[in-house]
Amino acid sequence: MTQKIQTVGVCGAGGTMGAGIAIVAARAGYSVICYDTVEAPLMKTVKQTEAFFQKSVERGKMSTAERDAVLARFDRTTDIGALAKCDLVIEAVFENLEVKRKLIGRLDEICPPHTIFGSNTSTLSITEIASGCSRPERVVGMHFCLPAQLMKLVEMSPGILTSEATFQAAWDWTVGCGQIPVKTQDKPGFILNALLVPFNNDAIRAIEAGVADAAGIDTAIKAGLGYKMGPLELIDLIGLDTQVRLCEAFYPITFDPRAACPPLLRRMVAAGLLGRKSGRGFYSYAGNAMFGA
Amino acid sequence: MRYSIRQNGESRSFPLGESFLDGAVVDATAEIAVYLGSPVVADAGKTAVLVELHTECLAQHVDEAAPDSRNVLGFARYRNGALPPSNLVELVRFPSSNDGAVEAAKALLETAGMTVVVCADQPGRILDRLLRPKYNAALRFLEEGLATAKDMDTTCKLGLGYPDGPIERVVNGGLRHHYDVTKALFETYGTAAYAPPRQAVAAARRKEQ
Ligand SMILES: NC(=O)c1ccc[n+]([C@@H]2O[C@H](COP(=O)([O-])OP(=O)(O)OC[C@H]3O[C@@H](n4cnc5c(N)ncnc54)[C@H](O)[C@@H]3O)[C@@H](O)[C@H]2O)c1
Repeated sequence: MTQKIQTVGVCGAGGTMGAGIAIVAARAGYSVICYDTVEAPLMKTVKQTEAFFQKSVERGKMSTAERDAVLARFDRTTDIGALAKCDLVIEAVFENLEVKRKLIGRLDEICPPHTIFGSNTSTLSITEIASGCSRPERVVGMHFCLPAQLMKLVEMSPGILTSEATFQAAWDWTVGCGQIPVKTQDKPGFILNALLVPFNNDAIRAIEAGVADAAGIDTAIKAGLGYKMGPLELIDLIGLDTQVRLCEAFYPITFDPRAACPPLLRRMVAAGLLGRKSGRGFYSYAGNAMFGA
Repeated sequence: MRYSIRQNGESRSFPLGESFLDGAVVDATAEIAVYLGSPVVADAGKTAVLVELHTECLAQHVDEAAPDSRNVLGFARYRNGALPPSNLVELVRFPSSNDGAVEAAKALLETAGMTVVVCADQPGRILDRLLRPKYNAALRFLEEGLATAKDMDTTCKLGLGYPDGPIERVVNGGLRHHYDVTKALFETYGTAAYAPPRQAVAAARRKEQ
């Protein structure tokens, strides 16, 4: 049974991804219930969301009346019971299998049988996340990109038990929101991270091997292929600690040597060189300026 | 600085019609000698001797330990198979290379409109070393049914802002070319990441028949 999706729940809506996904859903005309266990981050997103839609008005993308209408579609709560009226619930909570499995199990008890559960996980298995509930056929991977409100791509993956109808309904909903979905199997890193994480590691290993320095490698990639950013600039942006976590998520499952954490990366994290957020990674940052590290 | 060109066969870096070819002088006293094709003759009297490389290392042309190799440098203009070359030049030096030679070579190539990156004399230099394993992974994912070629390319374009995706890139560059490069890398590195993938091996075998 598939039912028309009208009300969408977002779990972890006080977080980076959840806040963006909520904007995507509300912008497309859905009533959105933003749920988080902690109130403070949830309330912080109110101002951010208002500012986002105010920018849309200033850019001539929507009228003030449309802005007011879209803002009126948001509900915010720390009570999970409020999600009982949702037709689709997308979770973007901490990247932890037990946390996600438990949450889906709880939603399974609260929501009506037709409700579809989407997971925004980057590294975990949809099938494993779905194993915490009685309706694994209604659980689907919906991996948005950061920032979700600006990036069109959504990697969508069915778990082993996901039904065709669920996948199709979630796919249609995503398209209806103006996003561009791609279909991928439920495998570690789906497409994007499965290609990117080992590639970024290889760039670090090229430095370790003395092939070239970070600036040389990034320049070669940008000038040779027309990429906007080199791999080491990108790692500095996402955070060296995040890259370590991605390696630790993928390598024990795939045993792909390219996914294993390069020793240099680990040493840099130990030294507090986390990238842009700490002021130094493969480059040094002072204000907006960037210097070769 | 004046440069002379010694050419033997078609150059991948500077194919016929490139203005770099026209800028060369026919004069034995030119400060820089550019070799587009072997054999290479070391000449310590030059400011720099530039040797165009394909998949091979510079050390294949000259003995790294020989004193008259200090001014000999390798270079390759990055080019995806038979597609037109990019303006990126990988300039290959030994640890013992003369810094003055490196600077002169860099200046010459930059004057010719190239972006120059200096790297060590290792198989695959920077770009093939980093890109070929990624194309191999993408081709393997395709075989395993992870996603369609179109969805994989779309993911990289939309998710990472790449101008093209890995499958279209390796196919447009030529699977046969991918075979040649990965085979050379695999022979040296010996790691599975560089092993020529089935699709590229098949393309190479078809060509042989
Ligand atoms: N940050 C990224 O670049 C990115 C990109 C794509 C996907 N993801 C995925 O999105 C998810 C969230 O990542 P994030 O970076 O937004 O994290 P975040 O830490 O910014 O936000 C997580 C939010 O979830 C809340 N939360 C935790 N447990 C909860 C629970 N049981 N119920 C309700 N709320 C709960 C937290 O209070 C927090 O507000 C992860 O699965 C991550 O892998 C992240």
